[in-house]
Amino acid sequence: MSLLEVENLSVTFTTPDGHVRAVQDVSFSLGEQKTLAIVGESGSGKSQTAFSIMGLLAPNGQTSGSIKFDGTEILGMPEKELNAYRAAQIAMIFQDPMTSLNPYLRVSKQMAEVLMRHNGMSKTDAINDSIKMLDAVKIPDPARRVHMYPHEFSGGMRQRVMIAMALLCHPRLVIADEPTTALDVTVQAQIMDLLSDLQSDFGMSIVLITHDLGVVKGSCEETLVLYGGRVMETGPTDQMFAEPAHPYTRGLLKAVPRLGSTGAELATIPGNPPNMLRPPKGCAFSPRCGFANEQCKSAKPALEVFDAQRSRACHLTREQIA
Amino acid sequence: MTAFIIKRLLSAIPTLLILIIFSFLLMHSAPGGPFSSDRPLPPEVLANIEAKYHLDDPLPLQIWNYVVGVVTQFDFGPSFQYKDRTVNEIIGQGFPVTLTYGTISFVVAVVFGCALGMMAALKQNTWLDYLAVGISIGAQVLPNFVMAPILVLIFTLWLGWLPGGGWNGGAWPYLIMPVIALSTSFMASIARIMRSSLLEVMHSNFIRTARAKGLSSRDILFQHALKPAMLPVISYLGPTFVIMITGSVVIDLYFTTGGIGQAFVNSALNRDYSVMMGITILVGCLTIFFNLIVDILYAWIDPKIKL
Amino acid sequence: MSDTTVAELSHEIEGSGQGRSLWQDARRRFLQNRAAVVSLIVMIIIALIAIFGPLFAAWNNEEVDWNVLGDIASMGGPSIENGHYFGVDELGRDLYARVVQGTQVSLMVGVIGSLIAVTFGTLYGATAGYVGGRTDNIMMRLVDILMSIPYMFVLILLLVVFGRSMWLLFVGIGLISWLEMSRIVRGQTLALKSKEYVEAALATGVKHRVIVTRHIIPNLMGIIVIYATLLVPQMILTESFISFLGLGVQEPNTSWGALISEGASTLQYGTYWQLVFPLAFFIVTLFCFFFIGDGLRDALDPKDR
Repeated sequence: MSLLEVENLSVTFTTPDGHVRAVQDVSFSLGEQKTLAIVGESGSGKSQTAFSIMGLLAPNGQTSGSIKFDGTEILGMPEKELNAYRAAQIAMIFQDPMTSLNPYLRVSKQMAEVLMRHNGMSKTDAINDSIKMLDAVKIPDPARRVHMYPHEFSGGMRQRVMIAMALLCHPRLVIADEPTTALDVTVQAQIMDLLSDLQSDFGMSIVLITHDLGVVKGSCEETLVLYGGRVMETGPTDQMFAEPAHPYTRGLLKAVPRLGSTGAELATIPGNPPNMLRPPKGCAFSPRCGFANEQCKSAKPALEVFDAQRSRACHLTREQIA
Repeated sequence: MTAFIIKRLLSAIPTLLILIIFSFLLMHSAPGGPFSSDRPLPPEVLANIEAKYHLDDPLPLQIWNYVVGVVTQFDFGPSFQYKDRTVNEIIGQGFPVTLTYGTISFVVAVVFGCALGMMAALKQNTWLDYLAVGISIGAQVLPNFVMAPILVLIFTLWLGWLPGGGWNGGAWPYLIMPVIALSTSFMASIARIMRSSLLEVMHSNFIRTARAKGLSSRDILFQHALKPAMLPVISYLGPTFVIMITGSVVIDLYFTTGGIGQAFVNSALNRDYSVMMGITILVGCLTIFFNLIVDILYAWIDPKIKL
Repeated sequence: MSDTTVAELSHEIEGSGQGRSLWQDARRRFLQNRAAVVSLIVMIIIALIAIFGPLFAAWNNEEVDWNVLGDIASMGGPSIENGHYFGVDELGRDLYARVVQGTQVSLMVGVIGSLIAVTFGTLYGATAGYVGGRTDNIMMRLVDILMSIPYMFVLILLLVVFGRSMWLLFVGIGLISWLEMSRIVRGQTLALKSKEYVEAALATGVKHRVIVTRHIIPNLMGIIVIYATLLVPQMILTESFISFLGLGVQEPNTSWGALISEGASTLQYGTYWQLVFPLAFFIVTLFCFFFIGDGLRDALDPKDR
């Protein structure tokens, strides 16, 4: 049995301007100690998928489908019961370390309260454990720094604090929502290395949410590509990178800058992400797809399995888009 | 911290000087002077009186003496109207009264305002929220000079539960209506500010983090959200204090409580300039002092501000 | 997060597609706000009463009705027959005529006072924000100093010393409220100054006067309109406060505050109408202005979109 099993997840937001279907029919599963990447542009529904797992959707969001963690249905679970899972079993690392830590409280307080709540530790023990964890994420001089306020840390250091805070209770699943987006490029690589080191130390599963395919390669076994709230393509990362089976994945891969490819212009995908209040009738990607035909514009393609482990949602055959 | 306080106190000096000199010049330029208004006095009597009050000195000397008196001994000089009383005596009589019901009203407004605002924010878009918003909008158009007569109409004339005025040493039946009349509109404002700031904080990323950590909603509110949500309320408390002192004028007048507001209005109607000036300067000092306390409180909560 | 992005995006698409200007957009949003629209209509009616009300009065506002003067409590109440629609005041004068007169004065105070405050505050704040540097520093320091002066007391001092003229009251009330305005405008100007289009204009050598009139002032209009609307009730409140103390407008002139004060002082004789009518006008008007102000803020402030 997989650790995390998501089936036909849909998320709809009710706004004054109408219903926004942010996530539609998304399914995936993730085994113990595995890593899954969810890739997409902003507005593709990847963050909302993550928030659904944590039960952190905005109050105007409604979900359907199923999310099972270790066999237990956690979608729609009452907040009080869900609190026993949060941080203890499933932890989350947020996109923006500048605003995701409480600026008015010392780091010691923000870390210790997790252990005090979930493991029933005393304050002293909790702070000692927090110091150890800060050391594990390679924050220098943790015994002194633990008593500082978030604004006294640099951006990269703050994200390390976030990671340390997420790992305090040794959760079995960590959801990292664009953990490096807000950081400098050099710091990004350090954080990603740190995450994979920690994964082998602590043995947790990771859902990595990102728009950056460069980050995915080499660190994630499986990849799920989202566009307009729907799964475009999913499968083992190596195979997908070697032979993308969906026009959108191809576009994304072409847009990844590579070392050594001097002179050649960086490819972009023309157009903008769809307006989710009035999504296209057919395939969400069709307005931007170079291969789109009449069928693409009028009917949504179904997600179909091929090569045993992979699946894709496209009306065209793989040969047609090659 | 100490340096910050000293710096702030030093910067208060020009404010007070401006206030003192401005009021003094104002008083000096009053048409006819303080003793010529009612019945004409013989010139030699007038000269005598003016000499007694040092009104015949050159203007800069008068200002200098006044400032020295205020600064060194907190002495506002004699009353122009009541020949045997000093301004200090008049203030000393009314100030404790104002301070008593003012402080109570202040505490009531802050405690109930915060509680109401918090309730409204946490139960957003429920009947509780609408009730709280309704109360705070309603109280906004019911300033103290409207509240006071309405309260008297209900509690004194109709129900006969409370005395319609007086002070009686601050016995509680005499306190209730002044406190309600004075605190209601501030309570409403504080509730409104608290509601919107708490709503904003509750939608912030760090509260989402706190929820992801599995904290109970009580811990999220009291440990994480309340501190930042209080900041706008605290910066509102500075001006509140001034408006409250101003409002005490109405309370004194309507409930005949005998605070400095009453002394101020009496002296205004009697053209007793020295009392008016004394009270104005006293209120100015209190304002500055209170703003300082608000700043210290603010810095104490917000770690990004270093004193 | 994603729903805001979506909303913004859709907004962008709508905006560019139909070429709607900010003000047209704001008007549409304002008209969707039912409370604000109703308030605006009520406010227009009250303004019409202030202007044309005297035409319908059966009595002059200074005329004493000797018939009811002897027993106001039982004979001076509201009545269509004797022409006292709102009853009479304690001196036997027609309350309807008095309320209309008070409405004129109070609305005038509100409008003139907030015009003064807005004009002065905008000029001061925009200058400080646009010039910046040392000038800004000194100008704002002065505002800080003036902020800790107890204005109501100074205003009363002014009124006592110079006599209670209505114009002094108008100007005085206006002048005590410009400080807040100047701070808001300065902040807004500073923000506008660092916008790319202003920097671009500066870099290409556009004259300061043109930048101020073309870029700064039009972009300040929204906040000025909002603030001016919210200032009017403040002004009315301040005037009423002073008049309640008996230090504001003088007989035979009157205002809502003075009428409320009179009505409140005669409450124990059972002449409730003397309080109720001016109070109703006062409260309804304040409500209207608050709702209109809120509606304008929602319509014009891009932050809440």
